[in-house]
Amino acid sequence: MSTPLSGPGPAQQVPGREPVGSGLPRSSRTARNHAPITVTGLLVKVVLLGLVAGIAVWAAFPLIEAEKWAGLALLAVTTAGLFYLYLTRRHVPAKYLVPGTLFLIAFQVFPVLYTASTAFTNFGDGHRGSKDDAIVAIQTASVQQVPGSTEYALSVATTGDPATGPLVFLVTDPATGTVSVGDAEGLRRLDPADVTVAPGGKVTAADGYTVLNFGQAGARSQEITDLVVPTAGGAIRSTGLTRAYEGKAMRAYDAGCDCVRDAESGKTWTADESSGAFVAADGERLAQGWKVNVGFDNFARVLTEPAISGPFFGTLVWNFAFAIGSTGLTFLLGLAIALTLHSPRLRGTNLYRVLLILPYAMPSFAMLLVWRDMFNTDFGLVNNLFGLGVDWFGQDWTARAAVLLVQLWLGYPYMFLVATGALQAIPRELTEATSVDGASPWQSFRSVTLPLLLVALSPLLIASFAYNFNNINAIWLTTEGGPFPADNPTNGATDLLITYTYRLAFGAQGAEFGMAAAVSIFIFAIVATVSAISFRRTRKQEEVYS
Amino acid sequence: MRIRTAGVVAAFALALAASGCGGGSDEPAANESPKAAGGKLVIWADDKRTAALKPFAEKFGQENGVTVEVQAVSKDLQTNFVTAHQQGSGPDVVVGAHDWIGNLVQNGAIDPVQLTAEQKSGFNATAVKAVTFNGQLYGVPYAMENLALIRNTELAPEAPKTIEELVATGKKLKAEKKASEILCLQSGQNGDAYHIYPLYTSAGGYLFGTAANGDYDPKDLGVGKPESIEAFKKIAALGEKGEGALKRSITAENSIATFGAKKCAFLVSGPWAIADAKKANIKYDISPVPGFAGGKEAQPFVGVQAFYVAAKGKNKALAQEFVANYVTTPELAVALYNAEPRPPALTAALDQVKGTDPDLAKFQEAGKNGQVLPAIPAMAAIWDPFGKAQAAIIGGADPAKTITAAGKTISGQIK
Repeated sequence: MSTPLSGPGPAQQVPGREPVGSGLPRSSRTARNHAPITVTGLLVKVVLLGLVAGIAVWAAFPLIEAEKWAGLALLAVTTAGLFYLYLTRRHVPAKYLVPGTLFLIAFQVFPVLYTASTAFTNFGDGHRGSKDDAIVAIQTASVQQVPGSTEYALSVATTGDPATGPLVFLVTDPATGTVSVGDAEGLRRLDPADVTVAPGGKVTAADGYTVLNFGQAGARSQEITDLVVPTAGGAIRSTGLTRAYEGKAMRAYDAGCDCVRDAESGKTWTADESSGAFVAADGERLAQGWKVNVGFDNFARVLTEPAISGPFFGTLVWNFAFAIGSTGLTFLLGLAIALTLHSPRLRGTNLYRVLLILPYAMPSFAMLLVWRDMFNTDFGLVNNLFGLGVDWFGQDWTARAAVLLVQLWLGYPYMFLVATGALQAIPRELTEATSVDGASPWQSFRSVTLPLLLVALSPLLIASFAYNFNNINAIWLTTEGGPFPADNPTNGATDLLITYTYRLAFGAQGAEFGMAAAVSIFIFAIVATVSAISFRRTRKQEEVYS
Repeated sequence: MRIRTAGVVAAFALALAASGCGGGSDEPAANESPKAAGGKLVIWADDKRTAALKPFAEKFGQENGVTVEVQAVSKDLQTNFVTAHQQGSGPDVVVGAHDWIGNLVQNGAIDPVQLTAEQKSGFNATAVKAVTFNGQLYGVPYAMENLALIRNTELAPEAPKTIEELVATGKKLKAEKKASEILCLQSGQNGDAYHIYPLYTSAGGYLFGTAANGDYDPKDLGVGKPESIEAFKKIAALGEKGEGALKRSITAENSIATFGAKKCAFLVSGPWAIADAKKANIKYDISPVPGFAGGKEAQPFVGVQAFYVAAKGKNKALAQEFVANYVTTPELAVALYNAEPRPPALTAALDQVKGTDPDLAKFQEAGKNGQVLPAIPAMAAIWDPFGKAQAAIIGGADPAKTITAAGKTISGQIK
């Protein structure tokens, strides 16, 4: 989906190749126009623009094949625009801004718009394609072999050129050995003298026909599948390239009543455009549906369905507790360690730092699984080491504590790193000045170091909060949201909104992407609100302290 | 000067792009020539099966003058197949478990396969039943699998006839400190419906009733019915607050390993566990999962691996030829067995490998009375709530309350 926009991909590095910036005065127009053109600069320009053109051409072919003309036009305009921009000497600010903007559109704006538009559809398993797809699927799935009919040996042949000539089926009745030729007109018997039949019953040669070999037949696969030879009881269709059977489509679409009719029982299923399915009078619906717009149905379901909205508030509270707990605890521990190692009296700080960073260097995905096993009641390291018998993931509060503990272990090195960096940026004179003024270390930390740290770290804390708010791995790979109350298997004690909705959208009856998109919009609204408020507060803080 | 530089840069850039494209497009062009002559068949399978399939696919290609490509999709094969299929970039043939059929059919992703009566009779009847959905055959089965009781014959020489007998032996071994667990039957904190199912059926429970045409009937849900409550009362008696034979601490990750470490004498698992047991040098034997004394037979789920023809494949005629007329030969089934030892669904192939592998016959014996794993889409709604109810009950929750709630959740999700 991002192909039309991926054209300018490598242009990201383009600003770097601007050769003009080498300290020359840019105050006058003449100076800019006479900036020296270096060979390296030119070469980089050629290579990058070449890549842009190459990617554009590469992206164009599938677009042409799929007849997506709007996408193709967008691709052409983007590419032409990029060429113009980097070949002209004007628009210098745009040269810097455009690559980032294009990436922003491709990887942020487009997915967000796509998610939002999906939220208004019933896109999901059973509703993935178009109505035509569904009709084809229903009809194909209903083709049944006519009871008691003959199983033919098949050869695919043509009256003309193997690659282009009109196709016919040469079918042999295994019981009688008679050979017939079939095309869209029907079945006609062939004179036994004109045909050569192999022992299996397959025709190997026939007068007036060229028998296709597998390779030739394979190349015309679609035509062979589409060829049906009408008979009295139904139609002869191919099973692969060597057998044919007489089959009948039991269900057919009738455009007149916009319904599917079963030939045997006469039952009809009428198209329901609001739900994207064929529904019978008795409420039975055919499994194969199609994608339709459902308006605000998905949003309404989130708000009104008791199974979804009921535990929503409780989950939201724990979700906040989890995100604040994960961020806060890791921050406290990370800061504490950073302060300890910041002390000039401590020796071997580099060794300690390396050791402390270790959890951060390990892949969290694997570590989460290891921690899950360590909390196993009977076989886990935690219980065995401390001689405990705690059913960690089996009780609400122990499970929550365990999850936070894992988060703490995984997350504190990051906070330690950033806190160390921020601490080193604070001039020691400031704290020295406080001690000259007679402040205790705590007072000095509380009134000077911490506020200055927070100015630097607040945005990171907010980012960490937003990340942990949706940290699906931390829960899904450890408790999977459990433990679950005995009477409600859909919402567990450690469920975050994201794990809860993941279960709702993908747990039962296949994937419901429309529903998932709607819920993710709700979650987005919550996180965006929290972040916006926090950033506003941070700005005030910065005004005070800087 | 300025314009000239720009022109030169643009010209070079385009030349470079053209040469790059030229280099790239040479390969597709080279690929297209055999394609034009013979067509191309693309097969998707998981990692293990890809390796086994490759030589046969190549042979099929060489014999018939077509190109066959076997591509490994190591994760989420079903989802990836459905998505790719929708985009029109899917394969022609896909290999997977039979319980995908319901979902694949509702997404219009696979086509029925027509086999002759003779071909059908060559397969195990249960396997054919498994791949039949709405009266249509949707795939060609090649392997079957089911659970059995694997026991360490050094610890437990006799195969237990009932669960009670098994628990008694297990407890004795535990008391003698020869084993630390009575039974390795994986559950985990969120349960495991597949592994508990034999005990559930033995105690009288069922998931779906049977419709007139022999398919499972999603309208007749057995979970939450009195039979299921009675069944879970019996399971609760084996749980953590009862005999301690079923425990949530035994998970998918540690169950086989615990058996391998000789910490439990009995393991409920499938053919995939045998490799580990052999590696751990355990003297083992395989018998059917025992039922409760005086109860019904313990019926494990029977799962089937099958080949499917993609509905929107680019080369359907060739795909059908491969699936319906080539996969049905015993040679391929034997090769797939050699890649991963699961009993072949083709009777002729099973007879071929039975002699060298006595375990196969024992697994088949254990699955004789098994039930086909339901392929209806409604089954997807069962797994999660059923497993969680099971875990809660093993942990000591009230069976009646828990299983009624699970039944309500499941029926709410079945549309």
